[in-house]
Amino acid sequence: MQKLNINGEIHSVDVDPDMPLLWVLRDVLDMTGTKFGCGMALCGACTVHLDGEATRSCVLPIVGVAGRKITTIEGVGNTRLGKAVQAAWGAVDVPQCGYCQSGQIMAATSLLAKNKSPTDADIDSAMSGNICRCGIYNRIRAAIHQAVIPEGAAT
Amino acid sequence: MSAVEDTGRREFLRSSAGVGGGLLLALTLPTAMRWGAADAATVSQNNPVNAFVKVGSDGTVTLIMHKSEMGQGVYTGLVQLLAEELDCDLSRVRVETAPVAPEYNNPNFPLQFTGGSMSISSSWTGLRLAGGTARAMLVQAAAQRWKVDPASCRTERSFVYGPAGRKAGYGELAAAAGKLKAPDHKSIRLKPQSEFKIIGKPIKRIETAEKINGSGKFGLDVRVPGMLRAVIARPPALGATPKHIDDAAARAVRGVITVVTVSAGVAVVARNTYAARKGRDALVIEWQPTAEPLLDTERLRADYKKLSLTPAPLVPRNDGDAPRVLKSDGKHLEAFYELPYLAHAAMEPLNCVADCRADRCDVWTGTQMQSPDQAAAASISGLPADKVFIHTMLLGGGFGRRGNPGSDFVREAVEVSKKIGKPVQVVWTREDDMHGGWYRPQWANRLRASLGKDGKPVAWHHTVVGQSIMAGTLMQGMVKNGIDPTSVEGAAELPYGIPNIRVDLHTTTAPVRVQWWRSVGHSHTAFAVESFVDECAAQAGKDPLEYRRSLLGEKHPRHRAVLELLAEKSGWGQPLPAGTARGMALHESFGSVVGEVAEVSLHEGLPRVHRVVAVIHCGFAVNPQLIAAQLESAVNYGLSAALYGQITYADGKPQQANFDTYAVMRMNEAPRVEAHIVPSQDAPTGVGEPGTPPIAPAVANAIFTLTQRRARRLPMIRGGQLMA
Repeated sequence: MQKLNINGEIHSVDVDPDMPLLWVLRDVLDMTGTKFGCGMALCGACTVHLDGEATRSCVLPIVGVAGRKITTIEGVGNTRLGKAVQAAWGAVDVPQCGYCQSGQIMAATSLLAKNKSPTDADIDSAMSGNICRCGIYNRIRAAIHQAVIPEGAAT
Repeated sequence: MSAVEDTGRREFLRSSAGVGGGLLLALTLPTAMRWGAADAATVSQNNPVNAFVKVGSDGTVTLIMHKSEMGQGVYTGLVQLLAEELDCDLSRVRVETAPVAPEYNNPNFPLQFTGGSMSISSSWTGLRLAGGTARAMLVQAAAQRWKVDPASCRTERSFVYGPAGRKAGYGELAAAAGKLKAPDHKSIRLKPQSEFKIIGKPIKRIETAEKINGSGKFGLDVRVPGMLRAVIARPPALGATPKHIDDAAARAVRGVITVVTVSAGVAVVARNTYAARKGRDALVIEWQPTAEPLLDTERLRADYKKLSLTPAPLVPRNDGDAPRVLKSDGKHLEAFYELPYLAHAAMEPLNCVADCRADRCDVWTGTQMQSPDQAAAASISGLPADKVFIHTMLLGGGFGRRGNPGSDFVREAVEVSKKIGKPVQVVWTREDDMHGGWYRPQWANRLRASLGKDGKPVAWHHTVVGQSIMAGTLMQGMVKNGIDPTSVEGAAELPYGIPNIRVDLHTTTAPVRVQWWRSVGHSHTAFAVESFVDECAAQAGKDPLEYRRSLLGEKHPRHRAVLELLAEKSGWGQPLPAGTARGMALHESFGSVVGEVAEVSLHEGLPRVHRVVAVIHCGFAVNPQLIAAQLESAVNYGLSAALYGQITYADGKPQQANFDTYAVMRMNEAPRVEAHIVPSQDAPTGVGEPGTPPIAPAVANAIFTLTQRRARRLPMIRGGQLMA
């Protein structure tokens, strides 16, 4: 039995220690907001926060996350910052097919936690690991610029 | 619903009370556009298709959605059409995905599918009539209740208003309205465009919230009680079959339940996807290679090149005598353009949940092709089609791949479920998805032109070489006299005024299965045609935009309007920073005309696209915001292919497997895309695909201006270098 702290709740799961967090979330806990895209940390669809840091869950064995705080798309809106990012996403009407959006929002939130007003270059370096096949990068960029970060908001 | 069929096609709309405590309307949708461009009114009577609208007693309006949402915004656009004439509160409209039924077929094909950039155009009249008819019935119900003349009532935001301050909500009128006989659709007066309040407005997408909080359900998110997962060991090379399978180690993996052989390969069934994948890794399979020669991309390229020099047997267009003019004296040009097989590479890898039982079969998946999938599931399960239920989920990208003519991803899931007697989700890994075939065909195009004294072409000969997409599929009927029109679409309809034009075709065969890929044939013809026009302009010493304008002459007003707006918005001819150049392309597809100007520079020898100005003429713009979004999307999709995309084969094996070897556009490379719409009052035409074809030639033409070298083979970047 492994104990996982996900979105502030403790979950106990009985799986192989090498199972990536992505599949624990999706197949064991039925938290399907975090997406499978490539399985090799190449596309960012599976991005979650590990102690606030954007992390690819598809290559992260759960043995490595014991005692760490995991935040997923289902929980990110509980933070003031996550809520602000989702609001900006809605205001810009960013998504098309929507499949990469969980990962994009998690990556953007992690960026904004560290850097309240990122430049285009900052956005490029933080977001280029997240592929969107609908090609809506202009709108993602606009939403990140537009996200109004509440005072004192961390993750 | 089958009752609608029985009443015959003349009756436009039926109603029946008691469904959801309200009104159920069954309505017809006329379709015209791509496949049989006929007058919409005629089509509506001769070729109806049915959909359904419900107005509930709580005032909720439900549009039974017969189109798949794959990012193109179809849920929103179709709701706009309905809501405009129904005069309902947009916030009270919901969407319910349609079951499979003939009522939801496309009027021009006996199939229920989403594709061909025609969801809006094919619903333009019908859904508005549906809304107007439902509205008329609600008004009638109110007028009867109040004992007033319906003409004295008006509607606004889900309320009927009558004389003397009377007011009733649609919800409270729904049950009474549902008991009325539907009026003849000819009595419904559709609003003139000047009265539109919802159509033509940048309404936000209706499904955005669920896509930003993680709750939206894509195919891969389906969870059915007792559902197992499976991954399939698929042939590593084209045509290989399993000769010997040792599954002992696979079965020993924790979580693996069983291993079964299906037509697609060897399926490892497990409690979770990870265990299934681990089990697959543990399989020891000896594959029997095919006896056929193993496909090799370089050999296929050589074959196509050779073919392009021989007389082509199929001639979709032949004006004048181009070959004769090309043999006579004059200024001749010739160029050869090549394009590779392409995977669609949607973000959501292919997947399907099937629950195949003795008496019914349920399928949950993100599909563009519900009725063929139903037929495929019926044939595998042995059940009649009406016992097969297709549940359409959100599609994590489609681009054509999720409308598979062989229903491959559905078929195999039903097969596994039937074998194990349990619901199962078959998951494709990214590598499975990339290797799965059904690619955009590899193409070769040879173009020859002869220029007159004024620099304009007097002869144009375009030879196309490649596999037919439609032959042998559900769309086989499109192939006429051996010519698959999608092989030459965009080439055969060359809009430029040239007295001698010949477009001919070599249809090839190869062991790779091919399929429609965003913009289908236009994805290759636009590259060849618009690159070659540019070559002609350069040879003639003319400005590329001016040259195109002169070739269009007085014809093709939509092309000319696009060109003018493009010149203005792109700042064509105005100075650019040193090291940056513009290139342009103009192309009609799916009834719309798109022109694009790309601004390109070279960084460490590689092209960098900074800005793309895209102008579309797509008739009346139902939702300018969605149209702009589709142009942005189409440009990046086309750029991924132009710069990086290729599936190559060696020894029958595809050489690309994941996003490291099949690179796509990322945030740091994506250009600023500025979308503009030519104002028009015409009926709407396609939007989802037409933005893709012009981007590759626009970039190639900019690279020529920068380097005086032509990129005639895609992708332009191969082996980490610009190959021009």
